[in-house]
Parts: sequence; C-alpha cells; structure tokens
Amino acid sequence: MTSQEGGELRLALIGAPNTGKTTLFNALTGGRAKTANYPGVTVERRTGHFHTPGGRAVELIDLPGIYGLAGRTLDERVAVDAITGHIEGEAAPDLLLIFLDATNLRTHLHNVLELKTLGRPSVLVLNMMDLAKRDGTKIDIAGLEETLGIPVIPANAARASGREELVKRIDTIVNGIIQDPAAAHPIDSSQELKTLQSEAREIANKVILQDSGLNTLTRRLDGVLMHPLLGPVILTSVLFLMFQAVYSWANIPMDMIDGLFGVLRGYAQQVHPDWLASFLADGVIAGVGSVLIFLPQIIILFGFILLLESSGYMGRAAFLMDELMRRAGLNGRAFIPLLSSFACAVPGIMAARTIESDRDRLTTIMVAPLMTCSARLPVYTLIIAAFIPRTKIGIFNQQGLVMFALYIAGILSALIIAFVLRKTLTKGETQPFLMELPSYKLPGLWDFILGLWQRTWIFLRRAGTIIFTVAIALWFLASFPASADGIQGSFAGMIGSLLVPIFKPIGFSLETVIALVPGMAAREVVVAAMGTVYALQGSEEQITGSLSQILQNAWTLPSALSFLAWYVFAPQCFATIAMVRRETNSLNWTLFMVGYLFALAYLAAFVTYRLALMFTG
Amino acid sequence: MLVANGSHICLTDIMTTEHKKLSELKRHEAGLVRGFTANNDDMVLKLREIGFAEGDEVEILGRGLLGGTPISVRLNQTVIALRSKEAQLVEVDTVT
Repeated sequence: MTSQEGGELRLALIGAPNTGKTTLFNALTGGRAKTANYPGVTVERRTGHFHTPGGRAVELIDLPGIYGLAGRTLDERVAVDAITGHIEGEAAPDLLLIFLDATNLRTHLHNVLELKTLGRPSVLVLNMMDLAKRDGTKIDIAGLEETLGIPVIPANAARASGREELVKRIDTIVNGIIQDPAAAHPIDSSQELKTLQSEAREIANKVILQDSGLNTLTRRLDGVLMHPLLGPVILTSVLFLMFQAVYSWANIPMDMIDGLFGVLRGYAQQVHPDWLASFLADGVIAGVGSVLIFLPQIIILFGFILLLESSGYMGRAAFLMDELMRRAGLNGRAFIPLLSSFACAVPGIMAARTIESDRDRLTTIMVAPLMTCSARLPVYTLIIAAFIPRTKIGIFNQQGLVMFALYIAGILSALIIAFVLRKTLTKGETQPFLMELPSYKLPGLWDFILGLWQRTWIFLRRAGTIIFTVAIALWFLASFPASADGIQGSFAGMIGSLLVPIFKPIGFSLETVIALVPGMAAREVVVAAMGTVYALQGSEEQITGSLSQILQNAWTLPSALSFLAWYVFAPQCFATIAMVRRETNSLNWTLFMVGYLFALAYLAAFVTYRLALMFTG
Repeated sequence: MLVANGSHICLTDIMTTEHKKLSELKRHEAGLVRGFTANNDDMVLKLREIGFAEGDEVEILGRGLLGGTPISVRLNQTVIALRSKEAQLVEVDTVT
C-alpha cells in the first residue's frame, strides 16, 4: 500500500475546483503552474518533488478539481484515474490530500465524504481558513476530525505560515492512516449522493460553530458587476479600457525601445566588412528589434488578463456572456477557454478539456484560434501605427478604436462560426451551464509580478530563439545570390515570386509574401521578417526610419487593411495547429480548421482590399 | 436560520411557505431547497455534486438580461451560476 520505507512518498492533491491545490503545489515544489481565481484552471496531472522538515522525500501530484467521481470531462477523468490507480504504469498515490474550501464547508463537505468512499488513506486539508475567519465562520476542527475519522489540517496554502502545520504533519500522519480499499463503495446515482449529502449537512450543522452569510464584498460587487443592465456595460468597458490602455500606456516605452534599436543599428552599420554590417543591422537588429519593441504592449495586455483571472471576475464574465454563447450554440464554460485564447490559443485549447460534451468541446477548439491572441498584437500595432492617424475621437484614441474593432471582429466571427458548426458538423443538444462563481479576492502583488515576469520571459525567449533564427535565415535567403535586382533576384525573391500570383488579388506585394512564409511559424514572426526584408530593400534614408514609417511609404492603405483582415483569420501558428491535432486527436478536424481559417482569411482580405480600393478610388 | 439581504429571519417566524421552482424565483427572493424534479437524473446528480441539497438556503443574486437567464444563486455561502433550464429541476420552498 504505502511505498517502502525510505522510498518517495506519493501524495495526491484532490478536491473541488478552485480550492487552492495548485497554489500549494507551486509553493511546495517550486512549480510555476498557472493559478487563478476561477474553477477549472488546472486541466492536467502534474508532478513535483519536495522534502518534509523530517527529511522525507515526497512526490506531489497536482490534479484537476472534481465535484464527484463520475469523471464526465477529460480533466475530471484524469483526476479520478490518478487517485484510483487507473493511470497506466502508475500505482495509486500513498495518500490523498483532500482539499476543502473552509468558506464553502457546508456546500462542499459531501465531496469529501464521496472521496472517502474510495477507501484510500486520506487527510482533509481545510484550506482558506483565513478567509473563513474573516467572514466570521467558526469551525470545530477537532469535532470534524472525530466525525470524519481522518486527520483534518487547517491551512492557508497561499502563505508560508499557513502551510507550516500541513507540511509538518505529513511526517507524523503518514504511518498512522490505513484505510481499507476493500470497503470502497463509489457513488453513482443521485439517490446515493442524496444520502451522503444529508450525512454531510448533519456534520456541517454540528461542526460549524458560527455560520456567516455570503461574503459581503462579493455580495456588494456582484450587485453591480452582475446587474442585468450595468453588468454587460461594465464588461464591455473593461475590455475596451484594456485595449485603449494597451495603446496609450505603451507609447512612451515603445518609442524608447525603438530609439534604442535605432542607435544600435547605427553602430552596426559602421562595422566592416559590409556584409557583416548588413547581417547585424538588417538581419539581427531590424528583425528581432522590430518584434521586441512590442514588449510594453504585451506586458500591459497580460497585466489586465492576470487581474481579470485572479480577482474572480472571470467567472462573472462567463456568466454575462452565457446567453450570447448559448445562442451561438456554445456552453457558457466555453467562454473561459476563449478568454484565455486572448493571451494564447494554445492554453485556451487545452482549457476546453473542462467542457463535457465532445461536440461542444470540438466547436470551442475550432473557434479558439479566432480570438485575437497576443502574438497578433505586434502585427496589428505595426500596421495601425503606420496607417491609422493618432488623432482622438472624443476621449478615445483612434488607433485604440481600430484595435478594439479587430478584437470584436475576432469574437463575432468566432460566435458565427460556432453557430454554423453547431447547426451542421457538430450538431447536437445544447449543453447545460453550471459553474461555481468564486468570491472576489485581491490579487497578491508577488503572484502578479511573477505572472507578468513569466509572460515577459516567454516573449523574450521567443524573440531570442525562433524570431532570431528566422531573421537570420531570412537575411541569408534574401541577400544571396546578390543581384542587381536587389531582393527580387535572391532565393527568397524567387520563392516569393512563385506565390505572388496567389496573393496579388488581395493586394500583397512581393515583400509581404516573402515575410508571410516564415510568418507561418508564428504570427509575430512576420513582423521580424518584414523588418529584415524592408531593411535590406531600403534606401539610406528609409533605413533610419522605423519599420512602420517604411511601410507607410511602401504600402497603400487598401493593402494595409487587407493585411489586417488576413491576420484576423489566418492560422499562422505551428504551436496552435499541433495543439489542435493533439487535443482533437483527429487529422481531419485539424485540416478542417486550417482550411477554413485560410479560406476565411483570403476571403476577408479580398473583400476588404476591393472595398478599400473602391473607396480610395 | 435564513440569511437574506443581511437580515436574519427565523424559520419559526415564517407565516407561509410556497412551492416554486428555482427558475421562478425573482431577484433577491430566497428559500430552502425542497427537492429535485426527478425527470433528469444525470442533471440532478450534477446539481447535487456541485452542492444543491435538501434544506440548503438559496437566494437569487442576479438574472441575465435576456430571458432572465443565466441565474446566479447563493447556495449557503457559495455562489452558483446556472441556466434557467437547469434551475427548473430544483424545487424550492420560498418564504413570504
């Protein structure tokens, strides 16, 4: 049953969603798994290691939250399989740390009783004790321990002091608890659960010495934020403010970074021999630099997303969007994967595991790449900065308005495509929406900074690896063989010329097409590629200007708008395509997604280009 | 003890109770869960798993603009969001 003396002890974290399992996991193992304040953040099994104060080596297994043992969704199945020892090549864990949110003890206690029916050695971690105390709840811990027959450890996993007792007691507890797996009697009907619930409520009545009402802050905030009229208005305003801020707050730092790279290029151009100067200035600096200047915008966008996720507002947003989602044939739960996709579609597609129906899940995955991910930000910003004047309409920055419109275009097309899919390929019954809304919490400053740093680091690492490589490769392809025609006679020019006939009807020039090919790897790469291509192309005076100034001279407005329309849809991201292949486990669906997105991109760019040509005459 | 809008009402003070479906309750209306409509066992199991049980306090905190759905319900100290269709399965004794 338990692992051999001296061997690693295997502890599994289990319990209702959003009870702090991953917070504890990160704190003890030094992990960096994502945590946030809404149910269903963790969708996969994760392991880490630590030592108890007594020197015992522990393997900690973090699992998705579950309300029961039915295992309806993919993430729930992983959790249930892990604690019952049904994961291949892996024994059941030695001990279950069952998490219970102390502020929701009455509502969730039957989950603990249900987990106990498995007959596994277990300990109850009564987490968020600080919040329960703040709300005025008093719990008889000893009484609870006695009634349940398993150790009960009060904890506050988010703080070091709140984890102390828990970690200490792991040492003493381990050898003491033996449950009988033969006594296992899993629940599988609502009648059986009813019996368990009444037992749980009786225990709750006994051990809750003083009950509290609903958290006052949550009640007050919900009165406003979930108001039938005010709620949707506030949600729209929050998203709007987010895109305005991405624009207006980032201007100064972006100009500074831009200036810095301008100076660096100036130095690089002095280098001898000439080819080396071009390699450094046009390849490395123009390429990588043109993407790096977007770092301030990325940081602001992620700052907003982190605040939305950790405050508890995310669940409210899902609530406010549910009716709209329902009409599009989607589950309200789909809103969370879709909102995550604003950061990046890859985790968004994984988050769809929390959706029960396969059809709903598939539909969500198919439309997730339409949400404007952060990698599109550099593309949009670059073109907008070049072609949309910086004037204000009322109090709104016009560039910010265009950016907002592009985001809305993504969201609306996602809803429309979902609607069409649900009427055709993924036809079926509408799925229920049932979700616990967490109490509001003030995000921890340290978690916020750490979260931002993680995002920044990912962006910088990409700039240093994939973007750097592409910029260099493209510099070679676009510089050789050297010819009098400039880039046109190079390898890149030859490849580009083959593709130009396809893209001519939507207004893309040879340079754009050349940049588009490496841009297949990831969206922001196209910006680096254009940086390099235009740097090589440019005359002396153009070289001193930023990429957006170069584009201003090189492109027409219809071409620019067509390019924006293309990027709303085009699935130019290998990581996303690979993730869709993995999560759908179907090549056909993956090809379908890539196909429909490219078709839409071409169509949208074509229509935009033709309309813009008509209007600009 | 029933807590609604911060004021405490004792069950002994209650004059009349009325049987309703959770979906029929208005904003700020409160009651106790009486049971479940038995015609959808799987959904009832899900409602039970997330926490609804006989005798639990419920209070409508908010309803959506279009068709009054979804509904946000206070269940004891927990807030649950669900659609009107699912809320029909929960039977409630309201207090007037």
